[in-house]
Amino acid sequence: MTLYEVEKSKKVKVIKLNASYELKQRLISFGIMKDAVIEVLEHAPRKKTIEVRVGKMRLALRAEEAQQIEVEEI
Amino acid sequence: MKQQNINPEACPVTAKHIKVALVGQPNVGKSMLINSISNAHLHVGNFSGVTVDKTEVLFDYKDYHFTVVDLPGTYAFTDYTIEERVTHEYLCAEDYDIIINVVDSTNIEKNLQLTSELLTMSKKIVIALNMSDEAEKEGILIDEKYMSELLGVSCVKVSAATKMGIEELIDTVIEVYEKPKQEPKLVFSEAVEEEIEKIVSYLKKHKYKAVNSYRNVAINLLKNNKKTYEKLHDDPIWTELQPILIEASRHIELHHDTDDIKEAFAEEYASFNRGIVAEVVKYTADERREKKSLTEKIDAILIHPLFGIPIFLFFMWGLFQLTFTLGNIPMEWIDGFFGWLGETIAPTISNDDIRSLVVDGIIGGVGAVVLFTPNIIILFIGIALLETTGYMSRVAFLLDGFFHKFGLHGQSFIPLVTGFGCSIPAYMSARILKNDRDRLLTLFIIGFMSCGARLPVYVLFAGAFFGQDMAGTVLFIIYVSGAILGLIAAKVLKMTAFKGVDEPFVMEMPKYRLPSFKLIWHTVLTQTIMYLKKAGTFIAGAAMLIWFLSNYPHNELLDQEYSVKIEQAATSEQKREYENKLAEMQLEQSYLGRIGKLTEPLFEPLGFDWKMNVALQAGLAAKEVVVSTLGVLYSMGGDVDETSHSLAENIRKHIPFASAVSFIVVVMVYLPCLAATTVFAKEAGSWKYAFYLFIFTSVVAYVLAFIAYNVTRVLVGG
Repeated sequence: MTLYEVEKSKKVKVIKLNASYELKQRLISFGIMKDAVIEVLEHAPRKKTIEVRVGKMRLALRAEEAQQIEVEEI
Repeated sequence: MKQQNINPEACPVTAKHIKVALVGQPNVGKSMLINSISNAHLHVGNFSGVTVDKTEVLFDYKDYHFTVVDLPGTYAFTDYTIEERVTHEYLCAEDYDIIINVVDSTNIEKNLQLTSELLTMSKKIVIALNMSDEAEKEGILIDEKYMSELLGVSCVKVSAATKMGIEELIDTVIEVYEKPKQEPKLVFSEAVEEEIEKIVSYLKKHKYKAVNSYRNVAINLLKNNKKTYEKLHDDPIWTELQPILIEASRHIELHHDTDDIKEAFAEEYASFNRGIVAEVVKYTADERREKKSLTEKIDAILIHPLFGIPIFLFFMWGLFQLTFTLGNIPMEWIDGFFGWLGETIAPTISNDDIRSLVVDGIIGGVGAVVLFTPNIIILFIGIALLETTGYMSRVAFLLDGFFHKFGLHGQSFIPLVTGFGCSIPAYMSARILKNDRDRLLTLFIIGFMSCGARLPVYVLFAGAFFGQDMAGTVLFIIYVSGAILGLIAAKVLKMTAFKGVDEPFVMEMPKYRLPSFKLIWHTVLTQTIMYLKKAGTFIAGAAMLIWFLSNYPHNELLDQEYSVKIEQAATSEQKREYENKLAEMQLEQSYLGRIGKLTEPLFEPLGFDWKMNVALQAGLAAKEVVVSTLGVLYSMGGDVDETSHSLAENIRKHIPFASAVSFIVVVMVYLPCLAATTVFAKEAGSWKYAFYLFIFTSVVAYVLAFIAYNVTRVLVGG
């Protein structure tokens, strides 16, 4: 399952980042890495962008980026 | 903070200088902190080569001279944005004594991620636990003594907002500065520690001479630190060390199930930080599971899937109303002032040429720059409000979907809409785009949004060729088609010049905060001064150039010939006619007129005569000039505006409809004005881009005008 498919207000755990080097560094600098817990908060119109919570930080990412983050339910 | 020895003039030689680098993640209140330290000197500059503001604070405290350099906020040592690059380069290459790492106490675990990276740098560090009052309110208690002990680095609780702990922070900096460097206690997982130990014992065995501790060298080698690598690469032990290193990296990567050593280290830092937070942070009983926070409540409205965008559009509408109504009031004063200044100075200069240079060239040019200042200040206040409150990120979140289709970014919206007012603040507001490519692409299409200065040209032509009832609709069509052209141009540029993988869009949505008046005032003041300083010098020069081209060479014979005619003129009407004729003749034989004549063949396919050429080329300086130049050229005198009835009449008589359409198309697309172009070059980072912009807009204008000219000719004839 990818982060993109997660429903609103569900919590998941990151298994793997299937991203390019650059995006991976970006995600990691925001705390999205293996074992991090992510909660999906909000979808922008037509689910182009999603808002999530990592730790205490709220992040926005595009659908394309969310699809590269492999997660599992907890 | 007590200002004990503030006396900038007397700088005793015995005093010690401490240079501090202020580092932190974005939105941790770094600028606020520097503001509460900065009761002393404030120096604002640019980092060399880039347009990222650099704030330096100079002050004296006890027997020390402090220089605090405020580095741009950065999440980690990646080189993704200009800000991150600047900070990373500064920390690695520049000379400074100590780092103050500013940390947001309400979100400590995430902030420590950057701290861990700083700890591997072998520099003296003090950690400022900022917003500690806010953290306590949220029920987060941090034991900073224990934290200092665990990290091996001094931690001080501060609050920039209430100025709590600032003095203690400075005292700690002095203390750490005077003491010998301490090794920070960064502990890794067993697997990594084992590899570090192997390398350390190897370095020990060979008695490798290093400035930093062996442990530090080992960590940096494993992290692939360039500098450490280069240093050891030239050492004889490298041939033996290299295989050990490769093996070690392989082990660590295997342990973390990744092929990226940076990812492995990030995970190491994260688990170390989790441990630290578990030890030093306590939550007061029921605050642990937070209730619905204020930010969540506000977000429920502001990023609502349905109402979010209308609410935002309302805010923008309000901002533009303010910018162009409130801004217009002081604009009239400024305009009046420079008019008065010119009239007052003119009689004191006897030489005609120098008078014209001073009054028309310099005062006129500088006046044009200063004229925009009220607009810019209001717009900057608006943007600063959007940014400091945290609303800007929500806007990007809402609009990214739409703009991404055209290769743009959610935040591109703000500069683009600003472009309808004036391109100068629009180019400047593109700074909110953190990524180079996103910003450049946005900068390139801002010009397609018709700015206020082009309105007179549109009004003149719409009035000349259409009835009063139709003119409004025509204007609307011009504006909308300009915007659509802009989006298409963005898409085309994205598929050609800016081709490549899409930049990732991952952005923090910071907590909503009440804006601090002092911070906004400071930001706006800084940016306004920068605008006046930077643009002012360039624009004044450019205005003088255009003045020169349209006034020289001056034909004395024409003057003499016409002065006789003017004197002999029977009626004042005839007199005016001769004066206009003289102005036209002079302009025709000036350098600008010659260029117009010379380029006539080039623009013939667009249906332009030399007069239209000159008007358009003069319009490169400023769009307002197009109307006044047309006025001169069609023998109406220079003092006309778009409402001048007879000029519209003359234009209808002399310019075929198809040529007029193609003329409007060129005005819509080509460079806004010289002032904007200089600002563009500054914001894009190089004059090279201004040249590209000139080529791009000129080619697009030419091609579209050619199409428009011929299509109109086929449809309506003429």
